[in-house]
Parts: sequence; structure tokens; C-alpha cells
Amino acid sequence: MSSSRTNQKLFILALVGPAFLILAAVVFYPFVYSLIISFSNMSLRHIKDWTLVGPIQYVKVFTEDTQPDFYIIFLKTIIWTVVNVTLHVLIGVFLALILNQKDIRGKWLFRILLILPWAVPQYIVALTWRGMFNYEYGAINLLITQYLGLPAVEWLKSPTEAFIACIITNVWLGFPFMMVIALGALQSIPHELYEAADIDGASWWHKLRHITIPLIRPVMVPAITLGTVWTFNNLNIVWLVSNAGEPSDNTHILVSFVYKAAFNLYRYGYAAALSMVIFAILLVFSLAFMRRTKATEAAY
Amino acid sequence: MNRFLRLFLSYFVLILFCIIAIYPVLQVLTISLRPADRLLSTTLEIIPDNATLDAYRELFSDRPFLSWMLNSLLISLVVTVTGVVLASTAGYAFSRFSFFGKKMGLLALLTTQMFPATMLLLPLYIMLIKLGLINTYLGVIVIYAATALPFTIWTMKGYYDTIPYSLEEAARIDGCNQFLAFYKIILPLAAPALVITALFSFMTAWAEYLVAAQILQDSDLWTLPLGLKSFESNMSTEWGLYGAASLIVAIPVIVLFLALSRYLVSGLTLGSVKG
Repeated sequence: MSSSRTNQKLFILALVGPAFLILAAVVFYPFVYSLIISFSNMSLRHIKDWTLVGPIQYVKVFTEDTQPDFYIIFLKTIIWTVVNVTLHVLIGVFLALILNQKDIRGKWLFRILLILPWAVPQYIVALTWRGMFNYEYGAINLLITQYLGLPAVEWLKSPTEAFIACIITNVWLGFPFMMVIALGALQSIPHELYEAADIDGASWWHKLRHITIPLIRPVMVPAITLGTVWTFNNLNIVWLVSNAGEPSDNTHILVSFVYKAAFNLYRYGYAAALSMVIFAILLVFSLAFMRRTKATEAAY
Repeated sequence: MNRFLRLFLSYFVLILFCIIAIYPVLQVLTISLRPADRLLSTTLEIIPDNATLDAYRELFSDRPFLSWMLNSLLISLVVTVTGVVLASTAGYAFSRFSFFGKKMGLLALLTTQMFPATMLLLPLYIMLIKLGLINTYLGVIVIYAATALPFTIWTMKGYYDTIPYSLEEAARIDGCNQFLAFYKIILPLAAPALVITALFSFMTAWAEYLVAAQILQDSDLWTLPLGLKSFESNMSTEWGLYGAASLIVAIPVIVLFLALSRYLVSGLTLGSVKG
């Protein structure tokens, strides 16, 4: 009996061990390392001879007069995340509801075409949209001027427009994920519920409000949590569409600002402290969001 | 709402969004087909006048495109195999057994998604320098394999949870040991989730730019994203080459995605539906 229990333990270790080891090396070790250097003065000048200096970098994160200001970037990151995730979910669920109607023909074809933005590698998406936002030759301005008769927009040269350009790009690439998740959730709703509602004479809105939304919620909440975290931390799109924060560092969200601080300005201690702040924000958000929506309870 | 109007609006919305989804991809096709003297054009035609395949020819004859592609393919395949092996085993343990640190482990996997990737890059870079792994594929492969892992382990676990435990019990009674019961009975049943895991692992490696840019500095080792980025510079972007290369890079991924799209719906959500 005891030997079979040892066997069981060895079996579990063999299953989990390799994944744990690789995550320890690539994720947990760097995390601890970052935590340590976030309390140090590590920078280009002190790359080898860095020393621990206490929470100075954290004070700098919140008080230093950076260009642009931390609080403005933080606000932009929140706008970026909320706008993106809201549109991803609204568009995704909306399309899934339409696709899930019984009498739509060619569902598979629509589904395949609508997944396309998800299938194109992100850096290609980013660089392609950057080209499409070009003032003179980009497709967006050509469409605006030739078909809508409106004046062309300087997409990449002014802060607001560049930020909007990044959001448009990210909304385009993100809605298919939510659509696929919502489709899966919709397909799991038993059809009898709608039939019963029809007998009771429920309206379209009532069925959506009282059957569809409550039943897809358990699936959507984890997806939304994950989507929020991914969007908050999405460096690729902002960095590549705005070409590293152009115009003059006005197009940043927190992660692109960290990337710049670490790899263009070599302010490692500062970047690590800022990263810890980002991590804390996301951790608090996720725990609060999932507790309120009681999403992961069933997962254990 | 009457049926005709509902269907009309439904198809209208679907077709509109399909156009929005396809248009940027067609845009890349257009750019890649333009003759070199007309790269910057102000027309909106899909197939340009004097369409030419020169850009594609130049990619393969004058540029190291083929070698970037082989580099990317090699890295992506190794990452995919590693990812599938690690996620399918770890996910199984998280689904079937109770052990010390299980709950913590699952939570830790979730929190890894909250570290900004940038934060991990610097310590990894220093670690790889010390281990002499800068400019090696091993460094990139290990990082990519770990990147997709938290999400894929959760996906696998969620899927295994929907497979009844009685199947393994029956197999054990028939004389299978624990590993065989897992390998022969459960793993084939989890095919949709395995497909998702493979797809996500492959995509992580195939489309990654920032990590590769730090680690693979030697241009002989470049992967596709690094090569593609080299066509784009502030002074003059080689749009024709960039368009042609993008399309060649995107097409296998798109085909893979579309071929597996029926697995996407079941593989991703079944686990979370059942909880």
C-alpha cells in the first residue's frame, strides 16, 4: 500500500515537474530577480556594481517628472484596456448571437472569415495597419477622402489620432477570440429553455436578458479577465503601430513605457519597480473581478 | 421582428464584418503585387495594374528569406512538441490528483499572465548571457515554450475535467498502469484540447518579435519576424518585399487556424462550461 502511494507521488512529480521547472526558470526566477532590482539603483551607469537602495525607484514611479507623466500614461492604459475589451466583448458576443441563429446559411464560411484577424501574426497586423494609417498612401485615408469626402487625418503624427489608430488595430485583431468563446458558450445552452420561453411569449430582449446572458456569463467572465490582463499588457500593438511611442513619446501605455525605460533608456531599477506596480494593479483587479463574479470557484 | 428583416440585417452585419476582417489581408496582397516603380500608390484596387511577382522572386533569390523561414519553422516545431508534452502532462495532474500545492500552482499559473513580459526579459537576458545562451536557439525555445504554458495547462486541465474518471478506473482494472491509462485512454479523448495547445504553442513561437530581437542578434540566426522588421525602416520601407513576406508568413498560420477552427470552439470552452 505504501509503495503504491510512493508510486503515485512519483507519477504526479513526473507529470508536473518538467512544466514547473521550465516555468521556474523562465517566469518565477526572473520575477524574483525583478523584485530585487526594483529596490536597486541598477542602470546603464550601474550595470554591474548596483546596490540595494530601498524603495527609491517606487517613489520615482509615482513622483518623478517623466515625459509623459506616469498618471497620464496610467489613465491612457485604463482607457486603452476598457475600450478594447468592451468592444471585443460587444462585437464578439453580437456576432456569435447572429451566427448562432438556426436559419443562417453558410455559418462555417462566415466563422472562418471572421476568425481571420486572430490568425494573422500580431506583428504583421501591427505593421500592416501602420501602413494603412499612412497619411498620403494609406488605405484608411484613401477610403475617407475618396468615398466619404472627408479631409484626410494625420493618423500617426498627432497623439490622440495615433492612440486611436492603435485602438482600432487592437479591436480588429481581438474580437474573434471573444466570438469563438461566446459561440462555444451559446452552443452549450439547451434549446428547450428558449422553447419554453417562446411558449410563455417572452420577447427577444427577455430571452437575451434572462436566458442567454446569465448562461454564457460563467464562460465569458474568465475570458474577460484574461482578455483584460492580456490587453493591459499588450506591448506589440502600441509599440509597433506607433513606432516606439511616436509622436515624441505621446503614444504609450504602461508596458510600452516600461519597455522604453528598460531597453532604450537602460533604467533597469526604475523599469522593474514600474513592472511591479503593473503586476500589483492587475493582481488586485483580477482577484476583485473574479471574486465579485465568482468565476473560478467551480474550477477547483 | 419579422423573419425577412431579421435575416436581412443578420447577413448585412456578417458580410460587413467579413469585409472588415478580410480587407487588411487583401491590402498586404495588393502591396506585394505592385511593380517596384508604383509602390506608393493612391488607388484602392486590389489587383494593381501591371501586377508582378518580382517581390516574391527577390525574397527567395536575393534575400535570406528561406533561411529565416527554416529557422522559424525549426524553433516553432520544437516549441510545439515541448508545449504539448508539458501541458498535457501537467494539466492531467492538475485535473486528476490532489497534491501539495495544487491550488497554489493553479493560481500561480494564472498570475504569470499578469507579469509584464518586459519585466521578465531583462533578468532572462542576464541569465542567458551568464549561461552563454545569447545567439542560440535553445534560449529562445525555452522562453517560448514557457510563454504559452500557463494558458495551455489551464486549457488541458479544463478539458480533462470533462472526461469521466471511471474510464481510467476501467483501464486500471484491465491491467493498465497509471501512465498507460493516461496515455492510451485519456490522451486520445482530449484531442481537441491538444490541438488548441499545439496551435497556441506554434503561434507563440512563429509570431514573436520582441524576445527574438533581444536574443538573436546574429543575423544568420534571424527568425521571420526579425527579417520582416528589417524591411521596415524609418528612411525607406521596402513595402513590396514586406508585403510578399508577410503573406507567405501568414498563409500557413491562417490555413492551420481555419483547418482547426471546429476544434477551437470545443477545445477552448468545453472546460470552462463544465467548470
